[in-house]
Amino acid sequence: MTSIKGDAVAGATRPSLDTVMAADHVAFSYSSAAGAHPVLGDISFTIARGEFVSLVGPSGIGKTTLLRVLSGLMQPTAGEVRLDGERVTEPPRQLALVLQDYSRSLLPWMSIERNVALPLRSAKVARTEVRSRTAAALDAVGLAGDSEKYPWQLSGGMQQRVAIARALAYQPEVLVMDEPFASVDAQTRFDLEDLVLRLRREFGMTVLLVTHDIDEAVYLSDRIVVLAGKPAQVADCLDVPLGPIRDQIATKALPEYAALRGRVLSEIRAASAARTDKKVG
Amino acid sequence: MAPLAAPGHVLTWRAFGRLPRLALTVARELWFAVVVLALWWVLSSGSTSFYFPPLSEIWARFQELWLFDRVPTDVWPSLRNFGLAIVLSCAVGIPLGVVLGSLRRVREIVSPVLGFGWALPKLALLPAFIAVAGIGDGMRVSFILAGAVWPILLGAQDGVRAVDPGLRDMARSYRFGRGTLLFRVLLPAAAPQIFAGIRTSLAIGLVLMIVGEMLVASSGLGFFVLQSQQSYALVDMWAGALLIGMLGYLITLLFTVLERFVLRWHFARRAMHAAG
Ligand SMILES: Nc1ncnc2c1ncn2[C@@H]1O[C@H](COP(=O)(O)OP(=O)(O)OP(=O)(O)O)[C@@H](O)[C@H]1O
Ligand SMILES: [Mg+2]
Repeated sequence: MTSIKGDAVAGATRPSLDTVMAADHVAFSYSSAAGAHPVLGDISFTIARGEFVSLVGPSGIGKTTLLRVLSGLMQPTAGEVRLDGERVTEPPRQLALVLQDYSRSLLPWMSIERNVALPLRSAKVARTEVRSRTAAALDAVGLAGDSEKYPWQLSGGMQQRVAIARALAYQPEVLVMDEPFASVDAQTRFDLEDLVLRLRREFGMTVLLVTHDIDEAVYLSDRIVVLAGKPAQVADCLDVPLGPIRDQIATKALPEYAALRGRVLSEIRAASAARTDKKVG
Repeated sequence: MAPLAAPGHVLTWRAFGRLPRLALTVARELWFAVVVLALWWVLSSGSTSFYFPPLSEIWARFQELWLFDRVPTDVWPSLRNFGLAIVLSCAVGIPLGVVLGSLRRVREIVSPVLGFGWALPKLALLPAFIAVAGIGDGMRVSFILAGAVWPILLGAQDGVRAVDPGLRDMARSYRFGRGTLLFRVLLPAAAPQIFAGIRTSLAIGLVLMIVGEMLVASSGLGFFVLQSQQSYALVDMWAGALLIGMLGYLITLLFTVLERFVLRWHFARRAMHAAG
């Protein structure tokens, strides 16, 4: 697996399409007193405009780290990230980020509504538009009735939906989410998945999603990037040719769906096994 | 999916100002002071001691002096200096604390200075203050300021340092401008610690105000109390001390009300976590 270089993975980069985001030989190490701790090896892939890409891999492989590098919160130790052809050094304007630690990204001194509206107000969006976009986003995630409440008055899943609503209200060109549906119940999760798919169609949004859930990855994505190894590399890039319109019941009943699901699962298993072997040996 | 049960779902003035709850809060605050005063009244009622006159006598004098004869000459100047010094302490301490809390390098260089300034016995510096600033109101204000600024500064600094990295990431990823970052994120996050700092500053400031007046002034409450004692007007002295005590108590009480209002999200959240 160490022989794999990002470019060597079939389908990782597609120069023919209109590229929005590109990771170009990205490497990252956390530095500590004990020395450098390499997490990302040599990662290259591109995301086309309007594409829905999921990033999967075993826990602790470096998915969050990669997302933070891709979104400009951290600088790669080697290689570069480009958004619309420009090198990313700070979080770009056209990108919205829903972090894994959603509850820590909400301001406890502001109501839900004001939390969702804050990025828009900071970006000097007109008042009436802020109000309508905020209301629409809260309505879309099913929190219209809770807009006057404070984050700490909500359950974990509700807080997570506030963070999602904030990103949706921002109407980014690129939406980047780190396990955004992790703590909601199954039905809400399906609703939110379909909501993201619908908004992507409506606004032509590009979505990059980190998830643990293989069903979710296959159901939502146009392409799935599998991370494996230590430091992490792109082990595989899978096309998901299930068409632009998905349905929670019909799509998941397709034989192609089952086949893809099986393939992703076995690759993640292999990646986890490789990690444990390394640790034991 | 159901919202967690929380006391007071919507935080407004209405919820805050509900009368029975307010009365309960006031009663909880005041009972000890009432007990002390009642005991003092009863125990001193037959006193013939020159040094410990009956509270009834002190109270009669209190009314003559402070309602409101000597307010313009002795009470107002003291309170004005005190208030001005506290306002200046906030105006200097909060911005400086925010800057130091944000810039690690600068903080590392400046922190010995802060430790020194905080630990320095301000009273020992009074002669130096007199030498530099004379004995006017300017000196008295700057003397209080020299003691009261530190807890506010340190509170703001520590509050800003403790801001959740998750919030900073959020602010960065949405590209908040400086103003939004400062007023919507950093200051509210640091506010509980800033308020705790101000509370300490009020106590320190009051002591420095009285002591400063006792030592150098020709007016003000501290001056009045000391002068009464030196001219054997013990009832006057006690009446002055009673007023100082009441003012200190009232200032703290008012501050608590302000804190409860400004930080209502903080107290409500804490109450909920404590209950849950
Ligand atoms: N701030 C940090 N400093 C040092 N090491 C870190 C830091 N954050 C993460 N790591 C290490 O980097 C590796 C990858 O972490 P990361 O959070 O990116 O994994 P992940 O794939 O997102 O895991 P999960 O699926 O559980 O969220 C882990 O070994 C972790 O210990
Ligand atoms: Mg993660």
